[in-house]
Amino acid sequence: MSAIQTLGRWGIETTRGYGKAGVLLFRVLFHFPNIKKGFPLVIQQVYAEGVLSLLIIAVSSLFIGMVVGLQGYHTLVKFGAAQQLGTLVALSVTRELGPVVAALLFAGRAGSAVAAEIGLMKATEQLSSMEMMAVDPIRRVISPRLWGGFISMPLLTIIFNVIAIYGAYLVGVKWLGLDAGAFWSNMQASVDFHSDVLNGIIKSVVFGLVVTWIAVFQGYEAAPTSAGIASATTRTVVYSSLAILGLDFVLTTMMIGDW
Amino acid sequence: MTTLDVMNIVEIENLHFERNNHIVFNGIDVKIPKGKVTAIMGPSGTGKTTILRLMGGQLQPTSGTVTVFDQNINKLTRRALYKLRNRMGMLFQNGGLFTHLNVFENVAFPLREHTKLSNSMIRSLVLMKLEMVGLRGTAHLMPSELSGGMARRIALARAIALDPQFIMYDEPLTGQDPISKGVLVKLIRTLNDALGLTSVIVSHDVKETLSIADYVYVMSDGKIIGQGRPDELNHDDPTSELHQFLVGLPDGPVAFHYPAEKFEQDLMGEE
Repeated sequence: MSAIQTLGRWGIETTRGYGKAGVLLFRVLFHFPNIKKGFPLVIQQVYAEGVLSLLIIAVSSLFIGMVVGLQGYHTLVKFGAAQQLGTLVALSVTRELGPVVAALLFAGRAGSAVAAEIGLMKATEQLSSMEMMAVDPIRRVISPRLWGGFISMPLLTIIFNVIAIYGAYLVGVKWLGLDAGAFWSNMQASVDFHSDVLNGIIKSVVFGLVVTWIAVFQGYEAAPTSAGIASATTRTVVYSSLAILGLDFVLTTMMIGDW
Repeated sequence: MTTLDVMNIVEIENLHFERNNHIVFNGIDVKIPKGKVTAIMGPSGTGKTTILRLMGGQLQPTSGTVTVFDQNINKLTRRALYKLRNRMGMLFQNGGLFTHLNVFENVAFPLREHTKLSNSMIRSLVLMKLEMVGLRGTAHLMPSELSGGMARRIALARAIALDPQFIMYDEPLTGQDPISKGVLVKLIRTLNDALGLTSVIVSHDVKETLSIADYVYVMSDGKIIGQGRPDELNHDDPTSELHQFLVGLPDGPVAFHYPAEKFEQDLMGEE
């Protein structure tokens, strides 16, 4: 009996959690902070979440591009198709690697920071004191962080794509001696702006929203103790990673199926 | 004098509150008279902070009513509640200062959020409030550079930035050295009288609190076990919980030992 009770309680708690997360998202999206006060706050968050994630995004994307270039070259050269390296790299990066890896890194770098910061603000009564000063913490704290992540993520993905392709160029052309003209022109001929580049950006917009949504929710609902904050940051990274990978499959299916 | 002689800023009637199947309040009535310093005292864990959160509309009672400025605070829309909160200030136990803003910006925060005053006006007001708590010289410091007592005084300056009519203090004296305690006690009383505030102090520092309170409620186990003016608080019965609390006896109605099975049995294991 107690197992059924536990299952029931788990079910109710989980459903309630989704409900709370939904209400939080609704309040953020439909109670937009006024432009004059909200805009500087969003810009600060674009800096904290986006600009400060640039280093990890740039370094990772360079190495990922170089590895894909190297692996791709050694596979393609067996079929005498090494000239198609630019195409291979550009398609894999813009369609999949860019949005997915950038979002995973973003969840680890910015998502965890946002969850920890909000959780700590809650634990040290900063959110309560804000409420008692008649300032809505959802508008003042949660909303700018969500919008900041939402704006940063696609920009980071574009930067990731560019640097990864450049990394592959360094390996393929500068190191392995492929013809630069063939590398770029084959890429240009086969990469479609709408179905490859834009679809990747759309994915990153979705990932940006989901990662920051998970992060702000986990921080806002964290137990106000050190263990609670630790678990909120961990859950942010775990849930975000799972959500990114799961949603990537769903989005790819929809995009390939011309939804 | 009784509390009924004057207008009450807060009236709590037959309040019941439960959290996680645990009864925190079991039918209490509290009135906070205008212009006075009212203290709510009781042992740790009796829900003293909870009662302040109920007065501030941050929590919903299970039953009973909480009336603040003649309005039932639990029936207000969010907009009306926030409007009402502009007339209240609250000092949290640890101050609740924003760690990413310096002292000046912390005190300026409510002014920037709720008024359209010019920067120079805000600067003057902030410096005035900081001067009141004696910490004008700390304006450029970050909260991490302040001592606990100073952080609470800054939080107090922030709480009175918008000149509220009603201010709540959550354990203002806990964990303070004697000098800081003296400073805070003096500030609470002086601000109350000079600014015409109404104050509620939640505390378990008996001596200091009784020295400034006009009226005292003592709570324990979800009930009010004593109330009156500090000099009227009747605790002659040495077996009463009120006596134990006010005198600070280690054992009595509130037992020293947490309920457990017999010590001998526990030591012998399961046999």
